[in-house]
Amino acid sequence: METMAKNTLKTGEHPNHQPLIMFKEVYKSFGANNVLNGISFSVNKGENLIILGRSGSGKSVAVKCLVGLTKADKGEITVMGKDVTKLNEQELNQIRMKIGFLFQNGALYDSMTVRQNLAFTLEHNNRNLSKAEVDTAILEALTNVGLADAIDKMPSELSGGMRKRIGLARALIIKPEIIIYDEPTAGLDAITAREIIELIRSIKVKYNATSIIITHDLTCAKYTGDRIIVLKDGIIKAEGSYDDIENNTDEWIKSFFQK
Amino acid sequence: MNLYLKNVFILVGNITAFSSRFFKEVFKTGFEFREFARQCYSIGYKSLPLVTITGFIMGLVLTIQSRPAMAKFGAESWIPGMVSLSLIREIAPVITALICAGRISSGIGAELGSMKVTEQIDAMEVSAINPYKYLVVTRTVATTLMIPILVIYADLIGILGGYIGVNMHGEVNIVRYFSQVFESLEYVDLLPATIKTFFFGFFIGIIGCYEGFNASSGTESVGKAANSAVVSASLTIFIIDMIAVQLTDLFF
Ligand SMILES: Nc1ncnc2c1ncn2[C@@H]1O[C@H](COP(=O)(O)OP(=O)(O)OP(=O)(O)O)[C@@H](O)[C@H]1O
Ligand SMILES: [Mg+2]
Repeated sequence: METMAKNTLKTGEHPNHQPLIMFKEVYKSFGANNVLNGISFSVNKGENLIILGRSGSGKSVAVKCLVGLTKADKGEITVMGKDVTKLNEQELNQIRMKIGFLFQNGALYDSMTVRQNLAFTLEHNNRNLSKAEVDTAILEALTNVGLADAIDKMPSELSGGMRKRIGLARALIIKPEIIIYDEPTAGLDAITAREIIELIRSIKVKYNATSIIITHDLTCAKYTGDRIIVLKDGIIKAEGSYDDIENNTDEWIKSFFQK
Repeated sequence: MNLYLKNVFILVGNITAFSSRFFKEVFKTGFEFREFARQCYSIGYKSLPLVTITGFIMGLVLTIQSRPAMAKFGAESWIPGMVSLSLIREIAPVITALICAGRISSGIGAELGSMKVTEQIDAMEVSAINPYKYLVVTRTVATTLMIPILVIYADLIGILGGYIGVNMHGEVNIVRYFSQVFESLEYVDLLPATIKTFFFGFFIGIIGCYEGFNASSGTESVGKAANSAVVSASLTIFIIDMIAVQLTDLFF
C-alpha cells in the first residue's frame, strides 16, 4: 500500500477507485470548543465538492486540517494517497505545491505589490521558471480574474472584493491539481460573483482540477458544485446533489434555503 | 507570584525552542538574500537618525555630568578617557540596544503579528514556502549584524558628543582630545563590548519574531505582540549585559 501510494504521487496518476481526498473520522477541538466531531467525506478526482454550513461550523478549520495548517486531533486525512496527518514538513510541501488555496479574506502579502504577490510562490518553490514565464503566468492569472490593470497596486489600495479576486489569481497561478476556495463569492457584487462562478466552472473543465468550495452562497453552490455536504455541530448533517439537499425534509436544512 | 514565575519559565522555554529552530534553518540552503538586504536597510540604515541623536546626547551629557566630580580631584584631563571608556564598555551598547528594542523588536512583532492574524503566514505555508526561513531567519540575521554596527557608530558619535561637552569649558584641540581617548582605550575594552552586542542583536530580532509568530487572532493581539516584544527584549538586554559583565570580569 505504502509503495503504491508513493508511485501514485510520482506519476501524478490516481487509481480511479480511490478518491483524491478522503476525510476519515476527523476530530478537532480548540480547548473546550469541539469544532469537528468525526467528519468523514471524500472528493473524487475532477469533482467539485461544496461545503455548506453556518458561520463558525468549522468549515475553514476542516480545510486547514487538509493542508496541514491545523493539526487534526484524531482521524485520517488522505490526499493523493498520503495521510497528511502523518507527513513531515517536506512531504507535506510536496503535496502543498499541487494545492491552490483561496483564503477567506484573501491573505494577500501586505508588503508586496500584486505582481510580487503572484510571483512569490512561483519564484520560491524551485519551479525553475524564467522571468518571462513568470510574467506571462501573472498576466494570465490576473486577466482570468479581470484585474490585469491592478498589477502594480499594493493590497492596501484594493477593495475587499478585489483582494479576494487577487487571492484567487494567486491560488490559480500554480495550476493546482486541487483547489480550495474558502468563500470565493462572499463580499462580491452579483455580477462579479457570477464571473467568479463562471471562472470556477471553467477551471474545472480546463485543468480537470478537483475542488473544495466553501460557501454560503446558494447560487454558487448550485452552479459550481457536483456534490454538497452540510456541516453542523462538527458532523456532516446531509450529503448529496443540490436538488437532494434542497428537497431535504430536515427543518434545519430547509431553513438554509429560505429566502 | 507563583503563576508569574511559571509564565516566565514557559516564555523562556518557548523562546529557546523558537531560537533553536533558527540555528537549524539558518544553515540550510537557499538563504533569502533579497529579503535580508531589505531588512538590513530598514533595521540598520533607518535607525541611523535615532542612534545619532541618542549617541550624541549620551556623550555630551556624560561629559558635562562627570566634570564636577573630576574637577574636585583636579582630574579634568581624564574626562575624555573616562567618558569614552564608559561609553564603549557599557552605555552605548545598552542604550542603543534598548532604543533598537523599542524601534525594531516592536516593529517586527507588529509586522509579523499582523501577518499572522491576517493569515499571510498561513498563506506562505500552504504555498510550500517556509515562513520561518523567509521571515524569521532574515530578520534575525539582519538584527544580529546591524546592532553591533549601530553600536560602534553610536560609540563614535558619543565620543564626538563628548568633545563638544569638553569644549564647553575652554577650548580643547580635537587631535589632543582624540589622542586622550585612544590612549585610555585598550583592546580588551572593545572586544567583550562588541561581542555582547551580537547577542543583543540576536535577541532583539528573535524575540520580535517570536511574539509576532505567536500572536493569536484579532487585531488587539498585534498591539500586544509589539508590546511584549519590547518588554521581553529590553529585559533580556539587561540580563545579557549582567552576564557579559560577569564573564568579562572573569576572563579579562
Ligand atoms: N486557531 C483557532 N483557535 C481557537 N479557536 C479556533 C481557531 N480557529 C477556529 N476556531 C474556532 O473554530 C470554530 C470554527 O471556525 P471556522 O473558522 O472553521 O468557522 P467557519 O465555518 O469557517 O465560519 P465562517 O463561515 O464564519 O468562516 C469557531 O468557533 C472558532 O472560534
Ligand atoms: Mg471560514
